[in-house]
Amino acid sequence: MSLISKTAAELGAMIAAGEVSAVEVAEAHLDRMVEVEPKVQAFLHVEREVTLEQARAVDTRLRAGERLGPLAGVPIAHKDIFATRDMPTTAASKILEGWRPPYDATVTARLREAGLVILGKTNLDEFAMGSSTENSAYHVTRNPWDLSRVPGGSSGGSSAAVAAYEAPLSTGTDTGGSIRQPAAVTGIVGMKPTYGGSSRYGLIAFASSLDTPGPFARNVLDAALLHEAFSGHDPLDSTSIDAPVPSVVEAARQADIAGMRVGVVKEFGGEGYQAGVLARYHEAVELLESLGAKVVEVSCPSFRTALPAYYLIAPSECSSNLARFDAMRYGLRVGDDGSRSAEEVMALTRAAGFGPEVKRRIMLGTYALSSGYYDAYYGQAQKVRTVISREFDAAFQQVDVLVSPTTPTTAFAIGERADDPMAMYLADLCTIPSNLAGNAAMSVPCGLADEDNLPVGLQIMAPVLADDRCYRVGAAVEKALESRWGGPLLKEAPSL
Amino acid sequence: MTMVYDEALEKFEPVLGLETHVELGTKSKMFCGCKTAFGAPANTQVCPTCLALPGSLPVANETAIESTIRIGLALNCSIAEWCRFARKNYFYPDMPKNYQISQYDEPLCFDGYVDVEVDGRTVRIEIERVHLEEDTGKSTHVGGATGRIHGADYSIVDYNRAGIPLVEIVTKPIPGTDRMAPEVARAYVTELREIMRSLGVSDVRMEEGSLRCDVNVSLMPRGSSEWGTRTETKNVNSLRSVERAVRSEIERQAGILSEGGKIIQETRHFHEDTGTTTSGRSKEEAQDYRYFPEPDLVPIAPDPAWVAELKAALPELPSVKRKRLQSEWGLSDLDMAAMHNADAIDLVEATVAAGAPAADARKWWMGELARRANESGIALADLPITPEQIARVTELVASGALNDKLAREVLEGVLAGEGSPDEVVERRGLQIVNDEGELLVMIDEVLAANADAAEKVRSGKIAAVGALVGGVMKASRGKADAARARALILEKLGVSE
Repeated sequence: MSLISKTAAELGAMIAAGEVSAVEVAEAHLDRMVEVEPKVQAFLHVEREVTLEQARAVDTRLRAGERLGPLAGVPIAHKDIFATRDMPTTAASKILEGWRPPYDATVTARLREAGLVILGKTNLDEFAMGSSTENSAYHVTRNPWDLSRVPGGSSGGSSAAVAAYEAPLSTGTDTGGSIRQPAAVTGIVGMKPTYGGSSRYGLIAFASSLDTPGPFARNVLDAALLHEAFSGHDPLDSTSIDAPVPSVVEAARQADIAGMRVGVVKEFGGEGYQAGVLARYHEAVELLESLGAKVVEVSCPSFRTALPAYYLIAPSECSSNLARFDAMRYGLRVGDDGSRSAEEVMALTRAAGFGPEVKRRIMLGTYALSSGYYDAYYGQAQKVRTVISREFDAAFQQVDVLVSPTTPTTAFAIGERADDPMAMYLADLCTIPSNLAGNAAMSVPCGLADEDNLPVGLQIMAPVLADDRCYRVGAAVEKALESRWGGPLLKEAPSL
Repeated sequence: MTMVYDEALEKFEPVLGLETHVELGTKSKMFCGCKTAFGAPANTQVCPTCLALPGSLPVANETAIESTIRIGLALNCSIAEWCRFARKNYFYPDMPKNYQISQYDEPLCFDGYVDVEVDGRTVRIEIERVHLEEDTGKSTHVGGATGRIHGADYSIVDYNRAGIPLVEIVTKPIPGTDRMAPEVARAYVTELREIMRSLGVSDVRMEEGSLRCDVNVSLMPRGSSEWGTRTETKNVNSLRSVERAVRSEIERQAGILSEGGKIIQETRHFHEDTGTTTSGRSKEEAQDYRYFPEPDLVPIAPDPAWVAELKAALPELPSVKRKRLQSEWGLSDLDMAAMHNADAIDLVEATVAAGAPAADARKWWMGELARRANESGIALADLPITPEQIARVTELVASGALNDKLAREVLEGVLAGEGSPDEVVERRGLQIVNDEGELLVMIDEVLAANADAAEKVRSGKIAAVGALVGGVMKASRGKADAARARALILEKLGVSE
């Protein structure tokens, strides 16, 4: 078995045991990238020498007897929205083309410290705004299952890289489903931790009250190892929670759900959902029951209003967060020919540097926050947000976890929804409530839809700071399904 | 166009409002760890957060929150049990994020008051709110006539100031000050400045911009109860300017209103040189700041027990202290007010603390030193002399080692940088001549040279001794002990008083 098909846990163990070096593992993945990147285009920046230098440093640290974590020497791909001091960071926007941060995000710094080796920076929808990665200002990323389809978004480069065996692990950010939805449509595991459980410091902000860094992996245990490696309180992020990280690795190993109470969200399913998605979802619910879980139906009526509330809150925050891209201190500068005012240069730069979806959201948000409209839009959306949180609280009085399909459909075709923002927004219908409430949620593969043979994800939602429950249920589902399938779902993917 | 002040006040009644910004003297900035020293080379006290690099996040400075609460308590405010920061959104090159982290409808402190005294009358100024925010960077517009951004050739920005904690103190509208409006405005800012100093939260130097004041003025016709349209005057950078700006706005607005004109709600700029204001941007086309709660920061929820502790630990406030000192020093209201106006109270207090009698301390600071400060055009506190040094001089006078004239010379030497009072006495040779032998020699010479005067004294015209003492003083170049010289002369002439 080649190095690229190993799990992160296996690679970590082999490197720790000295069976293989971090450099060899990095090289294997860099070689894989040379092979498949022309088709998949998951990455925005790859700097082979920077990667190998990091790998050599980890090998040196290990040889010196330094005790690093279980993922020391394992390669990782970072969504290009996390600041990295040795690679460009662009958020897939022209406005930040070539920008090299003088500092590391907390997530990248912690993983560097734990000995993970950065393979490169992955593509995304510009500033994480989108559900297909088509909004990247640089190029489109393709779904390894079907190169004519999207890999989901916004973290589509990260999901594609892991699904295409270019990286065993990657990071993403989830603001409205941007980890779970790409994980679902590429047949891998993606986790949105509890808001505040993972630091946002150095993560280029889209919507501050929603953005959550999280892991991608090809299996639940690997995701848990990565989750544990970068999580925990960060004094640089005021919204970071000062509480112990839930024991997600232990939960992933436990994989036992006998006696757990599972709630099926009544509002998710039915009209607008692909039949093949619903079929796999219903089988997954039956599977949970057969594994000893007690399944009940739970109604959360306000979840239907989550999407409109989200499309007021997220654009409002983004309209303010993206104001700093003004050509004054870094990034693109257009029209500075000595004849124009600072204001004109700002306007020309922003007009040239932002893509259409980013502009759309800045305008939506600017409008929603305007005097006279604030109460009707932003204020009202915050009330809806509170109601949704309360419904989650009430539901979690009855059950330990809630489940739903991760997405209403499997991966759609490139270009299919590009001109229809509403259709695009619907991809996040099931994932958005957990962003608004800040609770933990995971997507695990639960099979292929009959009509297109593309992956379907099961979403597992748990209360705030009960991230371990997602891993416990996710691992149980994974274990049962893999024994049924005779291996991971990804082995069904066509070879690239 | 403008109307003279007295006439304006006959027709109209002014309503004031003041917005004061105080830069807190915290070691680090409001939302990052950068230093806050004034005058550092441009853009050397910056980091990813205060430069708003992508991905950076703010973390609130707890000392700044504590200072703001202490200010609120000193201004008799209620302290919010729960409040949030808010983003004030507008684009300007010296504001790195293009939004300012401020507070909007949930200020940290609210509903307070401060009493100020003007001409023996106490005026209560009600405080609407005290909130915490961050300062912007500093733009310098190069070229162009006005020094403002419009018309400049280019602008340079120093972000050292960006993110320095700023407390905004807003009064409620202040009616009823009548013709004392300018003095009330000045007295209020003076009082705030002293409160900040006593709390030790800011160096409140108006000339360095660590205390900045916006003055709102509107007029209503006498007999009316409906407030007029107000203007907001910025760039008011000294206590004197506060007073002048109010006066100038009253005169300007009265002129417009009595000619049937309308006051435009606008920002105006005060000009130190002319003492007048000119129009800035009109508030009608003012921006919509699109305030919303800052999602990068958690709400502030000060523990009431902690607030109670802060309140109990407040220092004696300036107004209370003035009353105490006045009674301790036995001064009249007028004398105390004069000291207050001259900013001499703290200096006198420190001098007394260093051992000087209050009357002497007051005499030096309000007399000789006030005159010298005035001549040099600097504040009393900025004279290069310390209260301890003044106390030493009064001690030397009390011991008889110096007389008043010599003491003034010693002060001159200290101010000229010649060292401590003792060093100046030593170097300039300013000891009083107490050696009786030396004195007697001088007396003999003076008596010989002034035989007429000596004869008059002998014959009982004791008043004539003054000329003889004067002669001795002259001969000793002021160093003789005059009283001792007088006694010796009388003794020598065989006259007793």
